[in-house]
Amino acid sequence: MSVLLRAEHAGKAYGPLTALRDVSLTLDQARPSITAVVGESGSGKTTLARILLGLEVPTTGRVLYHDADLRTLGAAARLAFRRDVQAIFQDPYEVYNPFYRVDHVLTTPVRKFRLAKSAAEARVLIETALRAVGLRPEEILGRFPHQLSGGQRQRIMVARALLLRPKLIVADEPVSMVDASLRATILGSLRSLHEELGINIVYITHDLATAYQISHNILVMYRAGVAEAGAVDGIVTRPEHPYTRLLIASIPRVSTERNWVSEAETAVAGSAAAGGCSFMGRCPVAMSECAEAVPPLFRTAADRAVACYHYRTAPELAAADLGTVLTGMHEAGSRAAAG
Amino acid sequence: MSEAVLEVRDLRVSFAHPLGLVRAVDGVSFSLAPGERLGLAGESGCGKSTMALAILRMIRPPGRIDGGSVRLDGVELSVLNEEAMRRLRLAGIALVPQGSMNSLNPVMRIGAQIEDALADHGVSLSRTALAERIADLLETVGLRAGVAASYPHQLSGGMKQRACIAIAICLRPRVIIADEPTSALDVVVQRQVMETLARVQRDLGAAVILVGHDMGLMAQFVDRLGIMYAGRLVEVAPVGQMVTVPRHPYTRALISSLPSLEHRGGLQGIPGLAPLLRDLPSGCAFHPRCSLAGERCRIETPALRPMGGNAVAACHLAEPVA
Repeated sequence: MSVLLRAEHAGKAYGPLTALRDVSLTLDQARPSITAVVGESGSGKTTLARILLGLEVPTTGRVLYHDADLRTLGAAARLAFRRDVQAIFQDPYEVYNPFYRVDHVLTTPVRKFRLAKSAAEARVLIETALRAVGLRPEEILGRFPHQLSGGQRQRIMVARALLLRPKLIVADEPVSMVDASLRATILGSLRSLHEELGINIVYITHDLATAYQISHNILVMYRAGVAEAGAVDGIVTRPEHPYTRLLIASIPRVSTERNWVSEAETAVAGSAAAGGCSFMGRCPVAMSECAEAVPPLFRTAADRAVACYHYRTAPELAAADLGTVLTGMHEAGSRAAAG
Repeated sequence: MSEAVLEVRDLRVSFAHPLGLVRAVDGVSFSLAPGERLGLAGESGCGKSTMALAILRMIRPPGRIDGGSVRLDGVELSVLNEEAMRRLRLAGIALVPQGSMNSLNPVMRIGAQIEDALADHGVSLSRTALAERIADLLETVGLRAGVAASYPHQLSGGMKQRACIAIAICLRPRVIIADEPTSALDVVVQRQVMETLARVQRDLGAAVILVGHDMGLMAQFVDRLGIMYAGRLVEVAPVGQMVTVPRHPYTRALISSLPSLEHRGGLQGIPGLAPLLRDLPSGCAFHPRCSLAGERCRIETPALRPMGGNAVAACHLAEPVA
């Protein structure tokens, strides 16, 4: 059985507010990938992460772990799920109990999942994991959370995920609170976890540039729905959805070409048309039919789907499963070898 | 030579720490021309935010300003009494502190918070004139006048950041110090907020010090950029020159740590860890992380030297560009 986790038409509504609308996604254990979910605040990316982690129950659709619904997992399967699927959150402060030394978050999984036979072996495991993410164990162990910086606390969480050798890591904005250099280090350690251990990674971010650097695939989300999804190169170099184009143009570049601060200030988000494309209010190429219904995903290439009526001549994505347009590690490897 | 609006000379800040004295800002000097946009970039802990606070004499114990001079329009700030200094904050130099959008008072309407800032600096206006002034300020930063009646939680991050800019410019300061004003915002909103800051700054004729670590944002926004490392400036240059020919190895590392959208696989952090400020390496503080470091770098602390074209860098190995 190679399907690790499958979301089927997963959606989440909080009363009248739709936080996530109909996302289908398959994460395959046989071809692990790094999939970035990119979007602004309120795009639904964190809701998607929490649904995949089993922290939120979808109000429509379902999430399957090895073909079993997350809602009805037995105790043994739930424990396996908890080990296989690990989370790294944005604000690493809330995951620490302020009354415990930070060692606690590292020794607990070692004990709970019986990762070491002796205290000395546990110590070696923990120190190795800390060094792997660029921390000096002697500066970390024995400290309380408030004595460490946000960057240190976050790297401890990556080290913790590393200890468990999970099959999937869902990292929700893991580097938005650290500076550029640390960001590269933390993302580099995530990438090597994927490469060396074949771990699937879902990387939730608002930063398309880091997504481009470490991911194989990108899901661009806008106001609860997927705007565009597919292989990273295509999306960054030839974006199709108008929102993806806006995102890419908004990234400040290290360049002597200065066009980022424009005299004509960038349009502020408009209100969404009820029932139509949620991007219509700020879309420079909106058409009358965009107001009529939410655009489905059109498959514009083998490795691309885009929810925009400008591509309606392309076939709709079969079963709407984004997993079918995502590239896995092995395919990516063989493609590189062929190219 | 044009008169500098802000002149910082040999500014020093230290913090008392049980394990020794931490020199957070260690002899920083620079000047700011009227209307100029200066960037200060570096990793967390390099002293850039501390320096911003030190300019305003807002360092609290266990920190202290050990020395140096800050002049605003030729007036030495270090000798002003506390009341004069309080008046000068906001009116002369306005700070948009890090995370400021979360420092708005949650139980006060935006309009009342602007009113507070004005009243605190002795601006007394009639109710209607005050309401007009607040509406003007909000419109200047791209908000509807109606936002005055809103509470912070009713606004988006971008709107809150705009409200903070409105407060910062309410007394038409000569210098605006913005400490990572957009770090919590997504890229589209970041661009909108920075465009607003650029327009407001131009209209006021104010100079801006932008503190941050995003070299892309610096390259696009500032005129001149200073790079800080372990409490010192290690390179200062016009931003175009800095981006094309960075002289200091640390500057090059900072630039390459930024994820590119042009090519993949170049993502690399700066090797090693930022040094502990209470236990700095000998010689050049960057030498343990520098691939080029030689014997001299381990012994002798490099001073800033001219590197051609208005650039200075503190590196023994950097060669001036003709």
